[in-house]
Amino acid sequence: MREVAVIGTGMTNFGELWGKSIKDIFVEAALEAIESAGVDHIDSIYVGAMSSGLFVGQEHLGAVMADYLGQNPVPATRVESACASGGASFRAAYHEVASGASDIVLAGGVEKMTDGADVTEALATAADQDYEVYQGITFPGLYAMIANAHMHEFGTKRENLAQVSVKNHKNGSNNPNAQFKSIITVDQVLNSTLVADPLRLLDCSPVSDGGAAVILCPMDIAKKFTGTPVRIKATSQASGTIALHSRDSLTTLDSVKTAAEKAYKMAGLKPADINFAEVHDCFTIAEIVVSEDLGFFEKGKGGAAVEEGKTAMDGLIPINTSGGLKSKGHPVGATGIAQIIELYEQLTGQAGKRQVKNAKIGLAQNMGGSGASCVINILEAI
Amino acid sequence: MISPRYHREKPQRYRLEAGKCNSCEHISFPPRLVCPKCKSKEFETVNLSDEGTIKTFTIIRVASDIFALQTPFAVGIVELNDGVRLTTQIADVDLDQLKIGLKVKMVFRKIQDEGKSGLHCYGYKSVLI
Amino acid sequence: MVGIVGYGSYLPRYRIKVESIAKEWGSDPEALKRGLQLFEKTVPGQDEDTITISVEAAKGALKRANINPKEIGALYIGSESHPYAVKPSGTVVIDALGIGPHVHVASYEFACKAGTEAMYNAYALVKADEMKYAMGIGADTSQGAPGDALEYSASAGGAAFIMGKENVVAEILFTTSYTSDTPDFWRREHEYYPRHAGRFTGEPAYFKHLVTADKILLKKSVMKPEDFKYAVFHMPNGKFPQMAGKKLGFTKEQLETGWIVPWMGNTYSGSSPTALAAVLDVAKPGDKIFMVSFGSGAGSDGFIFNVTDKIKDVQDKAVKLRDMLDNNKIYLDYGEYAKFREKIILNE
Repeated sequence: MREVAVIGTGMTNFGELWGKSIKDIFVEAALEAIESAGVDHIDSIYVGAMSSGLFVGQEHLGAVMADYLGQNPVPATRVESACASGGASFRAAYHEVASGASDIVLAGGVEKMTDGADVTEALATAADQDYEVYQGITFPGLYAMIANAHMHEFGTKRENLAQVSVKNHKNGSNNPNAQFKSIITVDQVLNSTLVADPLRLLDCSPVSDGGAAVILCPMDIAKKFTGTPVRIKATSQASGTIALHSRDSLTTLDSVKTAAEKAYKMAGLKPADINFAEVHDCFTIAEIVVSEDLGFFEKGKGGAAVEEGKTAMDGLIPINTSGGLKSKGHPVGATGIAQIIELYEQLTGQAGKRQVKNAKIGLAQNMGGSGASCVINILEAI
Repeated sequence: MISPRYHREKPQRYRLEAGKCNSCEHISFPPRLVCPKCKSKEFETVNLSDEGTIKTFTIIRVASDIFALQTPFAVGIVELNDGVRLTTQIADVDLDQLKIGLKVKMVFRKIQDEGKSGLHCYGYKSVLI
Repeated sequence: MVGIVGYGSYLPRYRIKVESIAKEWGSDPEALKRGLQLFEKTVPGQDEDTITISVEAAKGALKRANINPKEIGALYIGSESHPYAVKPSGTVVIDALGIGPHVHVASYEFACKAGTEAMYNAYALVKADEMKYAMGIGADTSQGAPGDALEYSASAGGAAFIMGKENVVAEILFTTSYTSDTPDFWRREHEYYPRHAGRFTGEPAYFKHLVTADKILLKKSVMKPEDFKYAVFHMPNGKFPQMAGKKLGFTKEQLETGWIVPWMGNTYSGSSPTALAAVLDVAKPGDKIFMVSFGSGAGSDGFIFNVTDKIKDVQDKAVKLRDMLDNNKIYLDYGEYAKFREKIILNE
């Protein structure tokens, strides 16, 4: 398999984009990526989206976007893995290039969530319909149950969850694309409206519209284009049980652990070799648990790590320098690609006020449902 | 919750019928075609115990439209006495009294309605004992 | 010998007091409590209905009867609040309990006496040797119209009785039924709340049918009120059964165990059946029970039971009615009650 590089990126603002349809959003991000890469054609398109059908009644997104991007007859396919749709889109593109089947592939992700659909119901389709959702559980409810179990088993404090949110907002205040650029305090998090005990509004990533796209090509032709290339060092994916109640442990995300082991092995690296990471903080507790399952901290110590500043911009391993899902926003299908874009900007020294010093190796972790699927990508500066 | 889909799940929702793997004795609820532990395809039908312990829980305050009128309500993961875990509402409970470790028993309740003219959909909930 | 081989009952945990309802309508709670002899009533949870109540009551009956559910040849449920207008409540109950599929199922309706109709028909099928066991259930979650007198009493609950010939715990000695076309209380199709004819529901309806049925039953059995340990009458409120008892020569003591309405409310088709269950929970071998129901429209069913010595073996096998009536109560205010009982208008 050939080595693959990311050579261009494009992203819309994330937020409530009332004036833009799902087509407008994707095309805007894709055109920016094409321009930043300096490519004159693309061979294939992947569109990651969790539920365009439920949100806007539109399936067949691959065809829709190829058409609206003016790219017909280029092949285009919608990729879905709930909230890991973006990561899965990236992996599909990676394999198409690595295998030699194509040279220039656009991996994009998009979601339009504010057109009036029942968002709670749509997001819950990532869980087990007949044995979790039927009973009345919601997506925040699933993570709230993980939070309660984690707090009960390891003594993780309610404040630790709030600290994740505060940190991510601080980082996001320096991200021009972020949905929320406001600085918040632990008190504000602890006093925000309850959604599913113990999770409050400010523990939860928002409902967002947005799109993101990257261009991939084989490493050996990367320098031909205007964009600065970044190497994809490793990519992996793993599946976990769809229902939270089927997991062996309520406080470990097996799919994350397995995907991480595979990615580190493929990259020939250990957790300590990672300089910074974009992690799937759909809810604050998710960042804490994932940071443990990625091997950055011992099981149960993720909460203390946040409290001690280990994951802050100037910490041992900065997590979610982009602002994470919480502050940057979480247009579901776009998130996995937006994470890659943050890695790219850090590794090419373009992260501005968010720049991590000596950023050489970054890890992006994208996750679907309550951890039923996980995609991990490790990128390296050239 | 259209008729065929609701009807198929009744043995599980009404009577807690599960599948016990003939090879490794792992109990799958709901029953499956392939054992997740040993990949075997032969099972025996068993009825789950109707008592268990709360392993974790949350209180739903923002629900989907179907459940909107019932908030706030508690949902938890209960581990039944035979080791099987399931997701279930905890009914008739003072939400402030909920704790991990409390004992519950399973009861037959209405879970949701399919709008004003559709089916009444029943199933299991848990109550404190 | 034919009679009850197993019985069970169920009451929800929620309650609302007369005061909480009176407050909303500016009525005098003390006068209401005196007049109705009723203090609070049961309220079904948002997830409870006639079907769920029937399942829980039937579970108790199966535990006490200790029989193979598949031997039950008929399951009838009498209610004014069947969840479906077309699809018998019993079809869900049989699936929930592993009864059938070789079983007769139907829904009965006769205002508050639908439960005793179900019981009578279950008994008759077993008596005729059509089947080994049959179950009759009376259960309701009836609605009282907001601001109407019935809002204070319409409550939820039910009881289930398995009839058979082996290991009978309460033998049925005599039955009767007395019916006429009396328009005291009714509900038209598609109407949400029933309507009633005020004081006409008293003398020409409740008392005429109940007292006449009582007299017929006493004559048929050649028995007198003093022969009975317990008397159970339909209880639309606390006052009516006391007045009926007095008219017929039954004492307060005979009525007392079955007089659960002041704290339960009127469980409509569940009314006399739940009272019967409360009596069976404490009855002793040799006790005779006199029971007459009343259903508006109108009619009364009467039963005379003789408790056998097998009663001692079953009383503790399942939850008792008084346990559910007296303990673990959750009180609601009117707003919660209105939400639970879906009295709040919403968009479709």
